[in-house]
Amino acid sequence: MIHSLFLINAAGDIFLEKHWKSVVSRSVCDYFFEAQERASEAENVPPVIPTPHHYLLSVYRHKIFFVAVIQSEVPPLFVIEFLHRVVDTFQDYFGICSEVMIKDNVVVVYEVLEEMLDNGFPLATESNILKELIKPPTILRTVVNTITGSTNVGDQLPTGQLSVVPWRRTGVKYTNNEAYFDVIEEIDAIIDKSGSTITAEIQGVIDACVKLTGMPDLTLSFMNPRLLDDVSFHPCVRFKRWESERILSFIPPDGNFRLLSYHVSAQNLVAIPVYVKHNISFRDGSSLGRFEITVGPKQTMGKTIEGVMVSSQMPKGVLNMSLTPSQGTHVFDPVTKLLSWDVGKINPQKLPSLKGTMSLQGGASKPDENPTINLQFKIQQLAISGLKVNRLDMYGEKYKPFKGIKYMTKAGKFQVRT
Amino acid sequence: GKNEDLKQMLESSKDSSKLDAMKRIVGMIAKGKNASELFPAVVKNVASKNIEIKKLVYVYLMRYAEEQQDLALLSISTFQRALKDPNQLIRASALRVLSSIRVPIIVPIMMLAIKEASSDLSPYVRKNAAHAIQKLYSLDPEQKEMLIEVIEKLLKDRSTLVAGSVVMAFEEVCPDRIDLIHKNYRKLCTLLVDVEEWGQVVIIHMLTRYARTQFVSPWKKDVVEEYNENNFYESDDEQKEKDQKVKKTYVMDPDHRLLLRNTKPLLQSRNAAVVMAVAQLYWHLAPKSEAGIVSKSLVRLLHSNREVQYIVLQNIATMSIQRKGMFEPYLKSFYVRSTDPTMIKTLKLEILTNLANEANISTLLREFQTYVKSQDKQFAAATIQAIGRCATNITEVTDTCLNGLVCLLSNRDEIVVAESVVVIKKLLQTQPAHHGEIIKHMAKLLDNITVPVARASILWLIGEYCERVPKIAPDVLRKTAKSFTNEDDLVKLQILNLGAKLYLTNSKQTKLLTQYVLNLGKYDQSYDIRDRTRFIRQLIVPNEKSGALSKYAKKIFLAQKPAPLLESPFKARDHFQLGTLSHTLNSKATGYLELSDWPEVAPDPALRNVEAAEVVGRHRWNVEGSTSQVHIFGFQVSRKIFYVFYSDSEDSKKKAKGITKKRNMSSSSDSEASSSEESSSDSKSESDLQSDSQSGKPGRAASKEKKKKKKEEKKKKNGKGLAAHYHFSRQPCIFGERMVSVQVTVTNTTDQKIENIHIGEMKLPAGMRMHGFNPIESLEPEGSITVSMGIDFCDSTQTATFQLCTNEDHFNVSIQPPVGELLLPVTMSEKDFKKEQGMLTGMNEASATIAVAPQNSSSPVIIERVVKAANLGVVPSGQDNIHRFAAKTVHSGSLMLVTVELKESSTAQLIINTEKTVIGSVLLRELKPVLSQG
Repeated sequence: MIHSLFLINAAGDIFLEKHWKSVVSRSVCDYFFEAQERASEAENVPPVIPTPHHYLLSVYRHKIFFVAVIQSEVPPLFVIEFLHRVVDTFQDYFGICSEVMIKDNVVVVYEVLEEMLDNGFPLATESNILKELIKPPTILRTVVNTITGSTNVGDQLPTGQLSVVPWRRTGVKYTNNEAYFDVIEEIDAIIDKSGSTITAEIQGVIDACVKLTGMPDLTLSFMNPRLLDDVSFHPCVRFKRWESERILSFIPPDGNFRLLSYHVSAQNLVAIPVYVKHNISFRDGSSLGRFEITVGPKQTMGKTIEGVMVSSQMPKGVLNMSLTPSQGTHVFDPVTKLLSWDVGKINPQKLPSLKGTMSLQGGASKPDENPTINLQFKIQQLAISGLKVNRLDMYGEKYKPFKGIKYMTKAGKFQVRT
Repeated sequence: GKNEDLKQMLESSKDSSKLDAMKRIVGMIAKGKNASELFPAVVKNVASKNIEIKKLVYVYLMRYAEEQQDLALLSISTFQRALKDPNQLIRASALRVLSSIRVPIIVPIMMLAIKEASSDLSPYVRKNAAHAIQKLYSLDPEQKEMLIEVIEKLLKDRSTLVAGSVVMAFEEVCPDRIDLIHKNYRKLCTLLVDVEEWGQVVIIHMLTRYARTQFVSPWKKDVVEEYNENNFYESDDEQKEKDQKVKKTYVMDPDHRLLLRNTKPLLQSRNAAVVMAVAQLYWHLAPKSEAGIVSKSLVRLLHSNREVQYIVLQNIATMSIQRKGMFEPYLKSFYVRSTDPTMIKTLKLEILTNLANEANISTLLREFQTYVKSQDKQFAAATIQAIGRCATNITEVTDTCLNGLVCLLSNRDEIVVAESVVVIKKLLQTQPAHHGEIIKHMAKLLDNITVPVARASILWLIGEYCERVPKIAPDVLRKTAKSFTNEDDLVKLQILNLGAKLYLTNSKQTKLLTQYVLNLGKYDQSYDIRDRTRFIRQLIVPNEKSGALSKYAKKIFLAQKPAPLLESPFKARDHFQLGTLSHTLNSKATGYLELSDWPEVAPDPALRNVEAAEVVGRHRWNVEGSTSQVHIFGFQVSRKIFYVFYSDSEDSKKKAKGITKKRNMSSSSDSEASSSEESSSDSKSESDLQSDSQSGKPGRAASKEKKKKKKEEKKKKNGKGLAAHYHFSRQPCIFGERMVSVQVTVTNTTDQKIENIHIGEMKLPAGMRMHGFNPIESLEPEGSITVSMGIDFCDSTQTATFQLCTNEDHFNVSIQPPVGELLLPVTMSEKDFKKEQGMLTGMNEASATIAVAPQNSSSPVIIERVVKAANLGVVPSGQDNIHRFAAKTVHSGSLMLVTVELKESSTAQLIINTEKTVIGSVLLRELKPVLSQG
């Protein structure tokens, strides 16, 4: 399936190559570079590029293109999903996934890639299994290995490979047994000029960090499971149990994993926690435009909105902006025409605002379009859908684990049209 | 050499320096630097005791063995030894490396190793053997036949670890050998949910192809969907009969249904490729009414990263052309954001256009107005095209769209104006009758528009409809004649066309102008222009040389031209299987396997039969099947009878007979009894319910139609009796999540063997579905057998009627469920209960005051009686006088909350909260007497 992999940085350098079948010359990437040039922006490079003898399938993450070389028919999502899994694995192993990190750990990277595919077909992609085969580098282990000559490579087949719970390794031991669950919801919304909602949806995930000894069997139930309209699970979740009782029952992987992704039913009205008041105007024949935006809280259930960031792509005709924020810092890049304002917290008593003028190209007519405002924000201790975990129980082990549940709401793709 | 230091390190006696050397070499390989000259020094370390050194040597070998074949052979014996190692990881990796060394001379060794590994005790080693098959095949295709034997063997493997890999090998080596799949089909369907995600994708794609060769189309007209799982047990003669029937009514092959049912849960996979694989399977295999279940999951994938979005949107674009309805409810999920990459925007726009209809077009056009103003001009132009397509497809809005586009003609952006002109031109062509005004408006634009394609479009329009704008057309020709030499070729050609058409219709005013233009064209730099000029002159200007054609010049130039079709660019893609690379590229990729058309007549389904022992079902999601125990805490004792009854031991059967005698029906019961049963089931009378509780079983007997009664009595006299009784097992149904599980015990009360007991015709009210039991081949005298079936009552107490047939006869059976059996218990805390109850007030609440007999007022008795009467779960309660029960309806999963609050003087308040108010009030009525009677 997957013949070869090339990692390409922003400058267009191939800094790593790996082949799972016979070697494919790196000149195949020339087709990729051509497409890259045509696309002007990285995110417009087509994920699937045909060449005379191969197909190039790529994903773009952390400013790196992961380009897979394919020789024959394969479901494109198979390759794309796998490439994302490679990136996730690197992130898991090294904390961050960057060119420097990959270059510094090239041997581990190579060993991991070797285990992930055999003859181009995925072999081990569960991080729990991989970590038993190839231990992630730590400073301590590196020092110990140099002294004792021991290695990062395991010599036994990870038990997970053969068990019915392939995602969990055996013999897990902790002195502090803890299970943390983060319920994180993102609001995707388009708000029209007048402030009414054109479309709004909530996407949520439950990310878990479970460090429990032995083979714990967990159940997690919700106060209001019917809010969840559509869900996707980590393979550890027992589907039938969910179907019949709306309870998440699972033997967790060890460490960090995404337990559940969900979509909140579109029938439920989505609470919009912020509003943006805007007055952006251009006049014909004038080289000055007015710009004024205010951000305020709307339906926040009494919680504070923080980490507010406003950004907007201004029309080409805007030469510069002279603005004063009531709080936070702002930047306008006259080349890319991108305005960004780091607002911080919203204090309902004193609403943050950004006011001033725009200087426009002299003589040119006023731009047709008003810019769209993109918003980012965070609200701690709130799941905006109202989803609430009822309880978490553990079976199969005797000790009492420490359990924690955190809620957070964030802006996803949150846009205000002006 | 330049790598002298590395060679020395590799020769060193210390493992640490060897390891350092190998790490540096792997670093070189990763960067794409040539390290082949180190081969002899590296290969010596292939047998190193240090496992990391050994692994890195393997990495090196796989990279360079092909280039250094002779030297590579030195390592082979090491691998051969390792293949016998007691450690499975070592055996497996030895096979991996050995099979990755692309050296033709070792083909026989590889073949042997693969054969041995395919019988290894470790499934992990067998998995690696499956991978090695493909490697050997690409090295030496001549081994195909021998490799197919190994594939055949591994296809029989029951390990979920092997399944994905061997199917992958099958797809690469012998995808046409469908015959190898037959016997493994059911096993693959059953194992699927437990196979790792990558294997799932491969298996689902293969099974999609398989199904299209083995089953008949579920898309034929007058399709009646039936759940009939009988036919593969039937004899040949009956099969023939069936075949003849197939022509009339369609019956889905149970194996076809099995595949659909077992893939459905995978829509909830976290892996986008798995979800897409199931979606394409449903698209290509499911009855059209069922394909819609995949929409929601596909829309969910749109929240993933841009690459996934791109592929999913492409597939939705193709689907939305043929079946709009699938995605209409998700219209807004395709709204475009200014931050979407252009390729995503364009795909979303494509889908929105496909989904446009009379009902949503006004909303859509408003949305399109925003897009037209987008700073991304390429996207704005695409939106204008989209508006044009909506205008032609939905005649109600043609004028609105046209007006909107005309407004855009005064846009400041030239690309927008140009695109609008092009689209307006196409629209006007479809109905030019009364658009003189628009053409005039466009003629005025000529002074300002510079984009060649737009200018050309305007000129063509004026020429084509010059008789509708008789005053303006000659003037336009005059103006453009002046600018002719500076125009783009595209525009020049249209000026020539305009001249020609005017010459033919209005030669008095335009003869000289046209000749002037023709003269300019004659000396133009472009030979296309010169050719066209010569051609036109010959046609329109009569002279002695011009032939017969010039007589028809007007007909040629001003012929009625067909309006252009504004179609989706995705229209042609649907002949590729969805989810494939070929579909994405819209051209056949190397190795693409065509999906065959459904066969007219299905090949013999018996091909898939296997000896019973071979079919293994192991459901991980089912393994911890303690779910039923969870529901019934606090009620275990009385339920136990229930379960024991249905186990197969002789003992329990005797017990069962004692308990259920009353329920026995059909031919064995006398006519009075059955008629009373019949009437009671119709009225749902209290006494009926009472008798249920007395018998300790919430079941209800089968009743039959009067007509049949006599016949059966006669049979009884002749000693031909078949007794059937059924009850509700109160477990989640295995046949479908919305079905109520019903168990039927059939007893032969005659002295002769009864053969082929099966379900015949079903008469179900609209919406109801039934999944029958597998036919019972034969039943000895006095013998009895219990079988399961599932009925989706659609949360109603309507009766399901069907025929119970034997080889010789058939009986009508009706099952009407007591409302309490339409429920499944739900576990819930008191807090949850109160919260849910708080949301189900007002119309959703029904209550009554009931009498409670003194002996019934203790907690255990209340719980026992209520749970006996209805399949409810007990909610732990903090107060002694309040009892709470929770369940959900089987079909829709709506909550059903029951509260019994004891009051003074032997009364209690009975409250039911549910969205399903109808069954809520029926349940209230049925529960009322439960506590009052002794």
